[in-house]
Amino acid sequence: MKDSIIQKQKLHNKPSLKKQIKKNKIYYSMIAPFMIIFSVFTILPVLMSFLLSFSSFDMLQFPKFIGLSNYINLFLNDDVFLIALKNTLILALVTGPVSYLMAFVFAWLINELPPKVRWFMVLIFYAPSISGSAYLLWLLIFSSDMYGILNAYLIDLNIINTPILWLETPRYALFILIIVQLWLSLGVSFLAFIAGLQTVDRTLYEAAAVDGIRNRWQELWYITLPQMKSQLMFGAVMQITNALGIGMVSVALLGFPSVEYSGHTIVTHLLDFGSTNSTRLEMGYASAIATILFVLMLGSNLVVQKIIKRVGT
Amino acid sequence: MSKKILNPVDKQQILSQMEANEIKWIRNKKRKIKKYRKVRLSRSLSGDISLMIVLLLFGLFSAYPLIFTITNSLKGLDEIFVFPPRLFPRNITFDNFVDLFNLIGNTQIPISRYFVNTLTITLLGTVGHVFLASLCAYPLAKHSFPGRHLINQLIVYSLMFSTVVTQIPTYMIVSWLGLIDSQMAIIIPAWGFTLGLFLMRQFMVTIPDELLEAAKIDGANEYQTFFIIVMPLVKPAWLTLIILLFQQLWGIDGGSYIFTENLKPLSYALSQIVAGGVARTGTAAAVTVIMLIVPITVFIINQSKMLDTMAHSGLK
Repeated sequence: MKDSIIQKQKLHNKPSLKKQIKKNKIYYSMIAPFMIIFSVFTILPVLMSFLLSFSSFDMLQFPKFIGLSNYINLFLNDDVFLIALKNTLILALVTGPVSYLMAFVFAWLINELPPKVRWFMVLIFYAPSISGSAYLLWLLIFSSDMYGILNAYLIDLNIINTPILWLETPRYALFILIIVQLWLSLGVSFLAFIAGLQTVDRTLYEAAAVDGIRNRWQELWYITLPQMKSQLMFGAVMQITNALGIGMVSVALLGFPSVEYSGHTIVTHLLDFGSTNSTRLEMGYASAIATILFVLMLGSNLVVQKIIKRVGT
Repeated sequence: MSKKILNPVDKQQILSQMEANEIKWIRNKKRKIKKYRKVRLSRSLSGDISLMIVLLLFGLFSAYPLIFTITNSLKGLDEIFVFPPRLFPRNITFDNFVDLFNLIGNTQIPISRYFVNTLTITLLGTVGHVFLASLCAYPLAKHSFPGRHLINQLIVYSLMFSTVVTQIPTYMIVSWLGLIDSQMAIIIPAWGFTLGLFLMRQFMVTIPDELLEAAKIDGANEYQTFFIIVMPLVKPAWLTLIILLFQQLWGIDGGSYIFTENLKPLSYALSQIVAGGVARTGTAAAVTVIMLIVPITVFIINQSKMLDTMAHSGLK
């Protein structure tokens, strides 16, 4: 009886697409509700923006097809975009890897604490992401007059005599952005790591101890990390989108536009042309910027994927 | 097929035997886990202490603004602007909260209306998203069918497209669908957020195939497998997702989607109240604290539940 089933399956090794779809219709019924909403509210807008990137569109007149001119203008005629690109790459290269490591290391350390302390520590480390108005506080800290917290402390300690214009000096711009971004970055991926560590099979540690794992680093590398590969992937994608998508921090802290474009990033450049309250609304141009950002994220994603595949080997 | 081959008595016997085996196996595992807790690899007291110090320092660094927000709401107006700024107020007062509640009492539409609106948006949005995204993530993670690979790629890619530019197309779609000026304009798009699908899929990938096959042999259909086997195993994932969604939806102010006053959410109403300039700085701090209370409560409940699962199941 069993043999005949296997033979039948072998005969139909490659059934037609129609048959395959029919056979798997229960799976399609499971994904359908979400996929319909997802397509309408996520994929469709993305496709629309992508198409708009080849056009000139000011929201009043019908979009006019202009080929690649948006992209050509970006790289050849838009000096500010090149500054934005440079700033974004610097910020992403520093904050991306550092915040990813921070998120994992803190999740790992906190996970080993006794349960009663643990939720409290998770709350503390996740606090910046919960308090939505956090920028306001950094404004108080870096405020340029003597009422700014940082200036006040520095004056109190006699390190400086006159307040430093933290947010208005181009030299400090990227430095401040990096600090605030790192502080904000223990967000989604940190929580995912905490949850991921909960699903690691505990018995493996015991087995590993018997098999001669000597220290916690080996345990981490050979047991914990391979078990968490899919969460690591998730965290990496989230960190890449965050690190390359820095922009709101800059607008909130350094103003818009920042002094000499010192904190200008791809996203703030995009806001300049694409947000509804912008003075020069040019959706086509904004979409072209978004597409370039998308390509950047895609590229870094491929690199990171390759790295994560080598974990635990 | 197996049902026909086995007669009921045999089946009963086999089942009871399997059950006994399972219990034995679980007990065995539990003992092993207990043993593991005693085996701790290369730890020293000084190492533990220095780790604790590092954690505490970073903890202070990241908790500082939250603490400052809370203590600020307990300061009188004179103390908020004092130089140099103090972290802890000298005189703790609840004036800011009293002021806030007086202002709330004077609004045209009772504040409870706004509260109910926000609650509706948050609850419907969160529950719908967690359910639909998990249901969709299960086949994408564990089964192969035509189109699966394409969809998996789409999920990751769509996370990378800046939401600033998709805002306007999204608005156009929402208005074509006739959802403008209703809470559904926020709730339904929330059901389709990419984040939850991606998160759930990444967790479900790690479920061993043997468990799913065992369920299938026991005669469970895919929906039963999903509810009885898969969802309990990824409990940490959806508890996390609830935290994320709740936090995101709780703060939404409706923006350009909702015009009718008595459909607007709480954060809109409160931001209107405090938009009164410098004199309302203290009240604004009180508003921030009040808007934070609910997400933080959800966070704490979910985090402690997550630890519960681990303590009870033992296996996972």
